Amino acid sequence: MIEVIGLSKHYGDERAVDNISFEVKTGEVLGFLGPNGAGKTTTMKVITCYLPPTVGTVVVDGVDVRKGSLEVRDKIGYLPENTPLYHEMTTYDYLVFMATMRGVETADQTKRIAEMTDVCGLGSVLGKRIEALSKGFRQRVGLAQAMIHNPPILILDEPTTGLDPNQIVEIRGLIRKIGKKKTVILSTHILSEVQMSCDRALIIHRGKLVADGTPEDLQNSFSKGQRIRFGVQQHIDSVRSVLSGWNGIEIADAVSTADDESLFTLTTNRPDDLRPELFRLAVDQKWTLTELTREQASLEDVFRQLTAD
Amino acid sequence: MHKMWTLTKRELHSYFDSPAAYVVMSVFLLFSGWFFGSTLFLENTASLRTVFDIVPFIFLFFIPAITMSTFAEERRAGTLELLLTLPVRDWQVIAGKLLAVVLFLMAAVSLTLIYALTIAALGDLDFGATFGGYLGLLLLGTASAAIGMFASSLTRNQIVSFILGFGIIFALFLIDKMTVFVPGWMAEVLQYLGTDFHYRNLLRGVIDTRDVLYYVSLTVFACLLTSFTLSRRPE
Repeated sequence: MIEVIGLSKHYGDERAVDNISFEVKTGEVLGFLGPNGAGKTTTMKVITCYLPPTVGTVVVDGVDVRKGSLEVRDKIGYLPENTPLYHEMTTYDYLVFMATMRGVETADQTKRIAEMTDVCGLGSVLGKRIEALSKGFRQRVGLAQAMIHNPPILILDEPTTGLDPNQIVEIRGLIRKIGKKKTVILSTHILSEVQMSCDRALIIHRGKLVADGTPEDLQNSFSKGQRIRFGVQQHIDSVRSVLSGWNGIEIADAVSTADDESLFTLTTNRPDDLRPELFRLAVDQKWTLTELTREQASLEDVFRQLTAD
Repeated sequence: MHKMWTLTKRELHSYFDSPAAYVVMSVFLLFSGWFFGSTLFLENTASLRTVFDIVPFIFLFFIPAITMSTFAEERRAGTLELLLTLPVRDWQVIAGKLLAVVLFLMAAVSLTLIYALTIAALGDLDFGATFGGYLGLLLLGTASAAIGMFASSLTRNQIVSFILGFGIIFALFLIDKMTVFVPGWMAEVLQYLGTDFHYRNLLRGVIDTRDVLYYVSLTVFACLLTSFTLSRRPE
């Protein structure tokens, strides 16, 4: 549906986006992750035909943004960062305005607006001026305007920023609902959002693509081994002497929880599960096991690892 | 075309939804009315000359005040980005906004038709000169609005936009009055560049294509500059 091919965007000497290529399939919800200033917004602005690419191009549904800009725009619904809206207009007038500008036939407008009102829950605010709406409602108006012409593609730039936790849950629910029928690209720096709403995640750092895959894939392939919490009823020193050097393991932390009880945090670069071997070790040493849990690197760890300077 | 008109309507709504439009119009009427009424019976001529003389001065402040928000405010609020990613061409956006400003100006200027009717009832109105005067105001207003919009497209700050627009419009207004300071051949060029010079020509009631062409070119040139600024997609 969307093919980004060797895309670069320079602002003067600065390379905001540096040779990025990826593809989004029809019906996919793609999460765009990266620290602030990584190039997420710039990439989205090129896809939406706001900015022309410096090098490379984007092909949307077979149409090149360099050649068929107007045609591409017809296929895209866009919600820019910070939800810019005309504050002096009422919600209804604004939706009529956007529908007309988006080329929705006058005869269909009432139906489309009614549908969007329904999907986005705007019934109570149709007659209100947008400046009087809460941020959550403004965000919904923003989503409604992006979908008013029923585009196959939605591009949402940080759709949940600045909302309170309840509103975030609502908007995410809305995006999930929309995502069943449409191709969606959404940018965020909230990682749990990607895990909850996206089929696939891209991590971008300093204008370069550093990871591409499902949230689970990213977790598996980028987590450096594992962390194991290992607790036994045994004095800390004797356990430490056995564990040091055992199977290439490193002791990250050791605490004595009671007189003859200790809790170790172990790290290893080995990808396979070390828990069975640790269990056997405890049996051999006749230690009473109190805790044995494996923690995998979270998406957050992956993100920090990939985008650390 | 339909989209352009939709944009124009939205702009006009936004003017009249805020008190600014009414304040600006009242001030316009107050000034033009004062200059018209105070000298009408003293001069004792059936002419709108005093109105036509003062309106360009009012335009100097009036037009940058209307156009200052056109792009600067949209840029500040971020709505410009959404507007320029809609399936419309940049020139449609510029033309739609310019049309809104011109319609608003004409609404204000048309209120002075009351003066014209008054004079026509009192004496023998020179229709040629009156028509020339209104045509001159339309052309002068359109060109100044296009310049004001260009100034607005350069910044996200409305005050900067106002001062910049005022500066350019004022410079073009003054330029033909500087002819005494320069050599003869240059004087003619300066005169031709001045907005007021062509307006004076039209005021005489002689519609010369050169004058009309001047204003049309100035408008198109300013719109092209705006289009260039927008195409660079300023942050």
